[in-house]
Amino acid sequence: MSSVSDWEAASNPVKENRAGIIGKAVDRYEGPLKVTGTAPYAYEVQPPSPPAYGAMVSAPIAHGRITAVDTAAAEASPGVLLVWTHRNKPTQGPRPERYDFFTPSPRPALESDRVHFFGQQVAIVVADTLENAQAAAALVKLEFEADPQAVDFRNHYDEAVQPPGESDVEIGDFEAGFAASPVKIDDVWRTPLQNHCQMEPCATTAWWEGDQCTVHTSVQMVRFAQNSLAETLMVPHKNVRLLTRYVGGGFGGKGSFYEDLVLAALAARELGRPVKLAFSRQQMMHGTVHRPATEQRVRLGATADGKLTAMSIMTITHCDRRGNFTEHASNFARSLYAAPNRLTGHRLVRLDLPVASAMRAPGEASGTLGLEVAMDELAEKLGIDPVELRILNEPEVDPENGRPFSIRQLVRCMREGAQLFGWDKRNSVPGQVRDGRWLVGVGMAAAIRGNFLLPAKASFTVDAMGLITVRQGMTDIGTGTYTVLAQIAAETLGVPLGDVRVEIGDSELPPAPGSGGQFGAATAGSAALDAGMNLRQAITEIAVADPASPLFGGPAEQITFQDGVIAIANRSERLSELIRRNRPEGLTAEGEIRPAADSSKWSQHTYGAHYVEVGVDTITGEVRTRRMLGVFAAGRILNWKTARSQLTGGMIWGVGSALTEGNAVDPRYGSLINQDLASYLVPVQADIGDVEAIMLDEVDDKANPMGIKGVGELGISGAGAAVANAIYNACGVRVRDYPITPDKLLAALS
Amino acid sequence: MLIRGDLRLKTTIIVNGEARALDVDPRTTLLDALRERLGLTGTKKGCDHGQCGACTVLVNGVRINSCLSLAVMHEGDAVTTIEGVGSVDKLSAIQQAFLTEDAFQCGYCTPGQICSALGMLQEVADNWPSQETADLTGRIRLSDDELRERMSGNLCRCSAYPQIVAAIKSVAGELA
Amino acid sequence: MRPFTYERALDAASAVRVAAETPGAKFIAGGTNLLDLMKLEIEQPARLIDIGKLPMAAIEDTPEGGLRIGSMATNSHVAADARVRSRYAVLTQAIVAGGSGQLRNKATTGGNLLQRTRCAYFYDTTKPCNKRQPGSGCGALEGLNRNSAIFGASHACIATHPSDMAVALAALDARVETLSPSGKVRAFPIIELHRLPGETPDVETHLIPGELITAVVLPPPPPGGQIYRKVRDRASYSAGLASVAVAGRNVALGAVAHKPWRAVEAEGALESGGSPAEAIAAELKGASDNGRNGFKINLVSRLVPVAIEAARQQGNGA
Repeated sequence: MSSVSDWEAASNPVKENRAGIIGKAVDRYEGPLKVTGTAPYAYEVQPPSPPAYGAMVSAPIAHGRITAVDTAAAEASPGVLLVWTHRNKPTQGPRPERYDFFTPSPRPALESDRVHFFGQQVAIVVADTLENAQAAAALVKLEFEADPQAVDFRNHYDEAVQPPGESDVEIGDFEAGFAASPVKIDDVWRTPLQNHCQMEPCATTAWWEGDQCTVHTSVQMVRFAQNSLAETLMVPHKNVRLLTRYVGGGFGGKGSFYEDLVLAALAARELGRPVKLAFSRQQMMHGTVHRPATEQRVRLGATADGKLTAMSIMTITHCDRRGNFTEHASNFARSLYAAPNRLTGHRLVRLDLPVASAMRAPGEASGTLGLEVAMDELAEKLGIDPVELRILNEPEVDPENGRPFSIRQLVRCMREGAQLFGWDKRNSVPGQVRDGRWLVGVGMAAAIRGNFLLPAKASFTVDAMGLITVRQGMTDIGTGTYTVLAQIAAETLGVPLGDVRVEIGDSELPPAPGSGGQFGAATAGSAALDAGMNLRQAITEIAVADPASPLFGGPAEQITFQDGVIAIANRSERLSELIRRNRPEGLTAEGEIRPAADSSKWSQHTYGAHYVEVGVDTITGEVRTRRMLGVFAAGRILNWKTARSQLTGGMIWGVGSALTEGNAVDPRYGSLINQDLASYLVPVQADIGDVEAIMLDEVDDKANPMGIKGVGELGISGAGAAVANAIYNACGVRVRDYPITPDKLLAALS
Repeated sequence: MLIRGDLRLKTTIIVNGEARALDVDPRTTLLDALRERLGLTGTKKGCDHGQCGACTVLVNGVRINSCLSLAVMHEGDAVTTIEGVGSVDKLSAIQQAFLTEDAFQCGYCTPGQICSALGMLQEVADNWPSQETADLTGRIRLSDDELRERMSGNLCRCSAYPQIVAAIKSVAGELA
Repeated sequence: MRPFTYERALDAASAVRVAAETPGAKFIAGGTNLLDLMKLEIEQPARLIDIGKLPMAAIEDTPEGGLRIGSMATNSHVAADARVRSRYAVLTQAIVAGGSGQLRNKATTGGNLLQRTRCAYFYDTTKPCNKRQPGSGCGALEGLNRNSAIFGASHACIATHPSDMAVALAALDARVETLSPSGKVRAFPIIELHRLPGETPDVETHLIPGELITAVVLPPPPPGGQIYRKVRDRASYSAGLASVAVAGRNVALGAVAHKPWRAVEAEGALESGGSPAEAIAAELKGASDNGRNGFKINLVSRLVPVAIEAARQQGNGA
């Protein structure tokens, strides 16, 4: 197993970046397909024969059981080929007691008569056309008997438990430290349940050829879904091929998979015909997963000169009855600020609600909405600039475990951001700046998000044309995977970008964990770099051993790869010529990455600082963001263009979290009030003013062999808090119950 | 007098300049006709209820949500989908601008964004007002705020909004 | 979607005749609301009569100095019409505050008036809703009713009418022209088109079965300024929390009642010399809330005086 010191010591083509492809603002590899509408998403793949169409039926109760089934009308409806409920569904692998993120396991659909949450899929109809399937689905008659339900988060705090395997983390004596602090903040922040709202609803096209099942679906994790599907179908893993070449947004919500995958595969087997099945937009809201609500009690104690003496975040959150997922809204704080007395932890309430799971920056996205506003409140109480307060409490080493930071440029992010934004022009007294009907304010917040590396493999092939093909069971959910893999390949093998092909999203390819937790680029990319290095090695061995090659005889260690040419000193030939002579069928090398054995010796994160200007209409309570600036430090940036887009996208998610996004449970029914995109309000173009993201020069040599880190989740962390702080600066009102909608703001303004 | 049809109806729609004869269930939306009957899957289904804009196409040059229209309502209409805007080998200016500005991430809303932008620019050229238009009787200038308001019928959950503005601005002069 | 018979009308007379003879027949023109509801099976017409290509899209000057807007005129065309923009600015402002560019390009004037509520309990077919299923109850009454009505609601229904355009038309004293199955043409004030929910929230208008809106007629614009202001959670493409249309001395409110709400109490108070704040206070004496929508009372009390003042300033300047 490699160690961090190996990574630090070893040079490699990505670090050397001789052709300058790493970091460059390269257009997206698959971009031409996406802008022409020719990238086939899961529902759009052409199956080998005309497909049948599925439509699902969802439960109208939150907890109970199905007591009667009448499918006669649906079965008699025109074009109907199949109707399944729990009564007649095919045998599937048994569900484990609990699911977890990384262990594949069967996920049987239409499992039993039990209803565990509102919107659970309880029946499927397959018909010759989509219109016939949807019409027949409405004719499936089910009767239900409701059991007592617990769905109202705030009414069940008394049932909150310590999440399994966790304990509160206390350093020093928080209560004593807090009690002794001369300046205190003690408030509660609430964040609502949120929905991912990926633009592409979950969808699958499935068919069988003999005992071989092919599914095109929309998931973030290839191998996980493929293994799980095979186990659900009770067939050997090798009998299932899962493809997910284009994914119309994931954000954590497609980290797992849903009934569309299982039922399409089962129905295609039953009917001997391809089947297409998608969730409706309404079904997406309950039938997939969501970010659970939180209530965070944040307590800060400080000295009069601004040194934190005590810090605590205690979060209560919820998950489904059979789940373990915890929105770890307190965790990020453990590494953010120095304070001798610290207490953080979580409590979990299990409810009869849909499944809670990861949504972009799980933990940070919710937690920064509390602490980073509390810091703003503390700064005001102390009469210290919010930037300076944070700098005053900048830790030298990780304040919880004493580990050194791999690299930490949070202060630089804040200082450069302040300068670029014009923070010095801020009037720290709220309500002083007017522009027409708007009161204008500015706010800032710090950003932090962990960095991770998971095991992955990849393969590189060079063919007789000198083209390089990268193959990896990885996904691109809009993150730029295709593009950065192509850049790594081009730089590693010294070929033009146009000579690289990237094949991902296929379970037949070397496995990678997929997209999530902003570990994608580092994980997939590091495995790709290793494969590239191994291919260089293989090419070198062939070249120096080939009497027909000018490179014959070496010395091998002096070989260079540049512009499609391999050379030793002044002897050179085209890579394609060498391969044509020696390996006309192509030459393949595999590579892999594993986390370093000693990587936990360092505290490793990505950082940033957000600066936001908003306008508040004090007559109506409406808020509009006018401009946003984020300055980020996230290791080496592989592609300036795609990284910036991920960061600005995350920042805009922060605006949504602060101002418009949220769902609520009707406690009588256990259902969400916002069941579509007209009522669940993600930001629209008009909500967003000028947005800029700056990336600092940084290399984190302890992160992985490339010194890169992720950016997909950093942008949202802290962004909403900066909006909330700007609202306060504009109008002098704090709303601690997100989102900050006109009704809440008006109540405080009146 | 009425033209009537029951379970199937013959309809001819001019799609990307080509007359396409359809024999469809009257329940078939224009969106599903394009995607499932004509193999034109560039037009996306995001919500199927006019709430996201991913299905935007141009009908007789005007942008609409193809999910909220029946195919049989478009007899003789000229429909332009993303496939009619340009191809991989020959990207149109706006497609190239979306690529250059990185005006998309997952790409699912992109065809709708592009078709919407084309329709929007024509609306500006025709001096149609928007919510952002302060002077209803003057000549409309496509400010950033005008552009943002006019493109608000197209959600982008990846939130490539600033890049979309940049892409459209970069071609607005030549197309409008 | 339930199966239906589709027919394309070539003239209005036969369209209304056929519609009247078939229970459950519906006209379709833009379809932006009807198809939305048909997909959820909230609407289940057995027969769909496509009137979209009837020649009723013209916007014409009337001899009285007003405008006659054909019911098939799209929202976009009405908003962009030079006469509307210069003389009925409140109408343009209201239309462009609604939906999206794509929806306005498809939605028609008649269809906009007849669009149904966006109440979440109406849309979720697993919930009781007296409007969708008479006698089933009202899910919103004790539910998450932030978007519900504060004027004219009943114990049977607290839904609001979602149209922005209709609010401006109410302030402009527009009249609705219709064609009945008998061939009779009638015209009446737009404020008489929609009903309050009462005991029968499923009956939303005073139209008789098969009766078709053929036009909306605007009288000459009232003297004074005009303005439309809409407040909402997001900057665009979303329903209003409350809106106000001011046209001269006329004031109408949106998103607060089962119909576009003509603020007659406020108008009366203004007439007798009350301040805008006093005027809206008079109107709000008739308001009541169901909990979560209570903020609308505060919101309307703040919003309306500002709009009235803005319209006055505009009127003085003109």
